[in-house]
Amino acid sequence: MADFVSGFWNMYVMGLVALSILFCVVILVANSGGKAPAAGQQAELQSHVWDETLQEYNNPLPRWWMYLFWITIIFAVVYLAMYPGFGNVKGQFGWSSIGQYEAEMARADEQYGPIFNKYLEMDLMAVAADSDANAMGQRMFLTYCAQCHGSAAQGARGFPNLTDNVWNWGGEPETVKATIMHGRFGVMPPFGPVLGTEGVKDVANYVRSLNGLAHDSLRAQRGKEMFDQQCTVCHGADATGNTMLGAPNLTNNVWVYGSSEAAIIEQIANGRQNQMPAFGDFLGEAKVHILAAYVLSLNQGK
Amino acid sequence: MQSQATYNYKVVRQFAIMTVVWGIVGMLVGVIVAAQLVWPELSVHEWLSYGRLRPLHTNAVIFAFGGCALFATSYYCVQRTSHTPLFAPGLAAFTFWGWQLIIVLAAVSLPLGFTSGKEYAELEWPIDILIAVVWVSYAVVFFGTIIKRKVSHIYVANWFFGAFILTVALLHIVNSAAIPVSLTKSYSAYAGVQDAMIQWWYGHNAVGFFLTAGFLGMMYYFVPKQADRPVYSYRLSVVHFWALIFTYMWAGPHHLHYTALPDWTQSLGMLFSLILLAPSWGGMINGIMTLSGAWHKLRTDPILKFLITSLSFYGMSTFEGPMMSVKTVNALSHYTDWTVGHVHSGALGWVAMVSIGCIYFLLPRMYGKTEMYSVKLINTHFWIATIGVVLYIASMWIAGVMQGLMWRATNLDGTLTYSFVESVKASYPFWTIRLVGGILFLTGMLIMFYNMVKTIAGQKAYDAPVLAPAGAHA
Repeated sequence: MADFVSGFWNMYVMGLVALSILFCVVILVANSGGKAPAAGQQAELQSHVWDETLQEYNNPLPRWWMYLFWITIIFAVVYLAMYPGFGNVKGQFGWSSIGQYEAEMARADEQYGPIFNKYLEMDLMAVAADSDANAMGQRMFLTYCAQCHGSAAQGARGFPNLTDNVWNWGGEPETVKATIMHGRFGVMPPFGPVLGTEGVKDVANYVRSLNGLAHDSLRAQRGKEMFDQQCTVCHGADATGNTMLGAPNLTNNVWVYGSSEAAIIEQIANGRQNQMPAFGDFLGEAKVHILAAYVLSLNQGK
Repeated sequence: MQSQATYNYKVVRQFAIMTVVWGIVGMLVGVIVAAQLVWPELSVHEWLSYGRLRPLHTNAVIFAFGGCALFATSYYCVQRTSHTPLFAPGLAAFTFWGWQLIIVLAAVSLPLGFTSGKEYAELEWPIDILIAVVWVSYAVVFFGTIIKRKVSHIYVANWFFGAFILTVALLHIVNSAAIPVSLTKSYSAYAGVQDAMIQWWYGHNAVGFFLTAGFLGMMYYFVPKQADRPVYSYRLSVVHFWALIFTYMWAGPHHLHYTALPDWTQSLGMLFSLILLAPSWGGMINGIMTLSGAWHKLRTDPILKFLITSLSFYGMSTFEGPMMSVKTVNALSHYTDWTVGHVHSGALGWVAMVSIGCIYFLLPRMYGKTEMYSVKLINTHFWIATIGVVLYIASMWIAGVMQGLMWRATNLDGTLTYSFVESVKASYPFWTIRLVGGILFLTGMLIMFYNMVKTIAGQKAYDAPVLAPAGAHA
């Protein structure tokens, strides 16, 4: 893709680059003269004096320094002939950063691909029982997943615990894999405007009552009525959630955003938009397969 | 023959004193953020969180400490080497008070979270406008004095100060162009990768002109003065001055290697950074070789120790910089603490040490004396500061290379050997050593403050009479 709307700018860049390098050459050549003073002698002194004592010798440029300057200039010219840099000239080597990236990725796929691909043939639960696969899965988890879900997959506020066998979007092996492949986007609409301040508080108390948490029973009673009208569409009549929508079970005392009355009120009043990014395009199915199996292995026997 | 008029020392005196004060403030904030990296729980309040204090630290040390040092030394140098008092003294006074106001506004607005999000240019647009006004006034005072000069030739130090003043005006105005949406919020006039390129064109030339050309101006006045020796080579100063200011302009893209910036731009950034090596070293050679024939003075004169050591760090940083701009090296060093170490070998080793040396030269002269209250304490300051710098940069080198190697280490299956947080954990010992280095450097500044107070106490401010140019050579 061209970087400029007009070819003129390539010429402009070439002109400036050539001028800048040429300028260094000219100023270096123009000042290369002068003889080093004989041993034990001082170089000639310039005639001007400033502020009583400030004067200047006119020693010639140190030779080694001149050569250093020349070497960097020549290196730059040669490099510009070999690599992109001089306007839109591609350079003899035909190198580009995207080309280098793609070549490295292709080489990596060729070298490492078989290591991952062999597990793709296996059933997820069989991979979950494979210690080599789990070791790889854990390493990838620490690189790609731990930032949100924690290094032990225990989750954090806003990010689900992946070790408690509680699944908002379903815990079947293929569903867990689909979650990682394609990502998820969960929306809880804000109910503040619908329920009003008191109504939200009532519903929050009802939700707490469903989990055996301390609550105001009068409020909970009022809240149940509103819950039955407004919330059951997603969370179900028995409030056990709906994995098709990613609506959480509200009766199992598992909380992504906290269980306090204030936390639940905030949740109901303002709603949430929560996103799990898609990793399919980035990692490829074979790696996601191993990651899904690793996550499943963390939930064995729970 | 001496005329009755005196040089304008008042504004020099004010800036010189504030250099020490802001140096302490800026480095204290640096020590706090270094401590926050070791003990993250020290981020006690949003106003004092790492993300807000870090830009306060950089702004305070670069623009408050470094800026005041540049104002003080350039105003001193330009009048004395022009043999005339400062042009427009009222405007000179305005630059002092305007600059202090900007610093105070920065110290308030940054912790409160007002930022344009551009590194080293975080201040919001009303402050940016004030900076532009003060800076143009500075240019008027400086170049007005040059025009008024009583000698035919312009002394080499003034070339560097002049280039620094002109270029910083250009950089600041172009990079800070923004569309305001309220008094405290604006959006950059540039978008996407162009914004990034302009930001680092600014960012690297802030290093090149603010932190290099300006301080080379200092070096060219104070090293020959303190050593009482002629500058080594006029010819060398011509070549390295023009090559330096011509080449620095191109170097910015090396901050954006392996990003969305087009390949050709990255190549140019790298190549001109390499070409920059010799012009940068020209200044070091000219400074250090000025001392040839007078090396014995280094043993007894701690001000010269500061000046010459700063040139050594300058030479080291300006070798390290081009090396880090090579893409292969940058692939390892980028985003690691190596960069932080590199910056501080320049900032502490070069900028701070040359400033400290010059301020020790200036302060007694501002009060009609020739020496600080205690030369011994200058020596103590020198050694504490040097040990501090060495601890700082050595720990950051090790941490940076370690981080770079950990991030790229892979297992037999191609997965990463270390998660990011493991590299953070491994960095703690080095961050602790860095903190110690920073505390030592700050301690040196506190010693300087004490020495300054003792030097000034009970003394009357002094303005030296304007000297007539050396007649035979005028």
